[in-house]
Amino acid sequence: MILIAERINGMFKDVKQAIAEKNKQIIQDLAKKQTEAGASYLDVNVGTAAADQQAAMQWLVETIQQTCSTPLCLDSQKPNVIAAGLKVANTDPGILLNSSPLNRKTDEEILDKYIEMAKNTGPKASIITLTMDKNGVPQDTDTRVAIAAEIISKATEVGFDTQRLFIDPIILPVKVPNAQTQPTNILAAMDQIRILAEPTPHMTIGLSNISQGAAERSLINRVFLAIAVSHGLDSAIADVFDEKLMNILATAEMLMNKQIYSDSFLKVYSSMNK
Amino acid sequence: MAVPEVAESFTSEVSQVTLGATKDEGGTRTSKITVGGARNVVYGGSPDDTGEKPVIAMDVIDTRPKDWPDILTEPYKDVLDSPADWAKKAITEFGADLICIKFDGIHPDKADKDAASAVKVTEEVLNAVGVPLVLWGCGNDEKDNQIMPKVSEAAKGQNCLLGTVKEDNYKSLTAIALADNHHLITEAPLDINIAKQVNILVSDMGFPLEKIVTFQATGALGYGIEYSYSIQERQRLAALSGDKMMAMPVICDVGYEAWRVKEAKLADAPGWGHVKDRGPMWEAATAICLLQAGTDIIRMRHPRAVATVKNFINQIWQ
Repeated sequence: MILIAERINGMFKDVKQAIAEKNKQIIQDLAKKQTEAGASYLDVNVGTAAADQQAAMQWLVETIQQTCSTPLCLDSQKPNVIAAGLKVANTDPGILLNSSPLNRKTDEEILDKYIEMAKNTGPKASIITLTMDKNGVPQDTDTRVAIAAEIISKATEVGFDTQRLFIDPIILPVKVPNAQTQPTNILAAMDQIRILAEPTPHMTIGLSNISQGAAERSLINRVFLAIAVSHGLDSAIADVFDEKLMNILATAEMLMNKQIYSDSFLKVYSSMNK
Repeated sequence: MAVPEVAESFTSEVSQVTLGATKDEGGTRTSKITVGGARNVVYGGSPDDTGEKPVIAMDVIDTRPKDWPDILTEPYKDVLDSPADWAKKAITEFGADLICIKFDGIHPDKADKDAASAVKVTEEVLNAVGVPLVLWGCGNDEKDNQIMPKVSEAAKGQNCLLGTVKEDNYKSLTAIALADNHHLITEAPLDINIAKQVNILVSDMGFPLEKIVTFQATGALGYGIEYSYSIQERQRLAALSGDKMMAMPVICDVGYEAWRVKEAKLADAPGWGHVKDRGPMWEAATAICLLQAGTDIIRMRHPRAVATVKNFINQIWQ
């Protein structure tokens, strides 16, 4: 599982404050601890509070990379914020650009921009693409699959390897009225998206979204992750500090024959992703 | 019709292991051997992905072997009582890449030799040849735990490959290999889950994963080779997809297994072809088959089989 650790995000109070006060310690601690917990990438999101998002992104990237060499996942809906991060990031260990929809009403070419940035960065740069377009987030399975197909064909057209695509079928909070059909739709979409291209694109999700506003958040996250692994999920933006989540993930991957069983399979799991 | 491009690429690789320490490194070896480093399956990917060439470790037994058929003892008839001369002959005449001293003689059911004898053999072979050594116990846990630490100490600083450790008997040899700066062979009985577990256990003791070579137990042609093959193949695929606990190079014991087989050694079987050809062919066929699954070090015995397998390796791993 390619785990993208979610905590360095300006939506969290401590990170928001650290960005405002330029407190490096908090950010570097989070980078180190998430790496130790098994993160393959560290998500870096400045949130909405920073006045100058580009400067905040650069400060976060530089701060993290002063003490940590884990690959980063630059997270912004704005291409210029991603570009700012890329300018200062060490991309040698790999980098993820997170994320682009197929297109937007205000920007038909958004996906091309993300692909271009990844191509210019080098062969170890990948992008997360969302199965949404200018009409918004689809509710059903078929539209998700159709958008994914367009994303894949666009990438193929410009010679961007499908293995460098992380397709995110977009999880909606299960608590939202009428959204309880969504988990099933997403799983069905994943089953189909996986067979759209060879080599298979990665499938990722923003796991914690599913439990947004709900009771028993961790439990919902954990169970959905286990189910999604059985539908081919091979990446997730998640809380790597949730030890039970990590144990469930290790077990799910072992049961799906993604990891060779050993009596110590839980113990070694977090070191496997690095 | 064009041949479709089916080359698969992988994210990780088999770790690389270098055996032997030269004078500059505190040893007395005149050459070193590096194995591993493959970034694809055998024959897969680009030529850059093949990693290091597999190597052949020829067996030298610490005591005159009693159960070898004539056809196998014949090439060694003048050196069977002198492991040092035996090792020299294997290198200079038969082209062995390295020497595996197999301490059969310490086994309580065989010659039941003591530590002094094992140490003497080790020192003599170290003096006789300059290649790296594999030091392989007799398989009796109690006797191995008692004697192999002494053998390890006698070869301290020579960066040998010491073995074997198993899931239920790994502590003393792991500790001594760590102390004497050797590489280590982890053994599992044709069971990939145990293979992974023993690597984890050894690594928990602080032994570096990159100094381990795995031994999955070997089956000869017609006698379980498919089990060895599929486990080694699965290990390679796990290594290539990033499982660090399975990313080690592989050693297999073809010599012993092939020459246990009746088809290899039975003299009185006219319908099977001449016995002088059968054994070497059986050994070579077993080795070449396992090479395709991903084998890095092959223990072998008969010079003709060694020549055949070396020829194969040189043609495939150019």
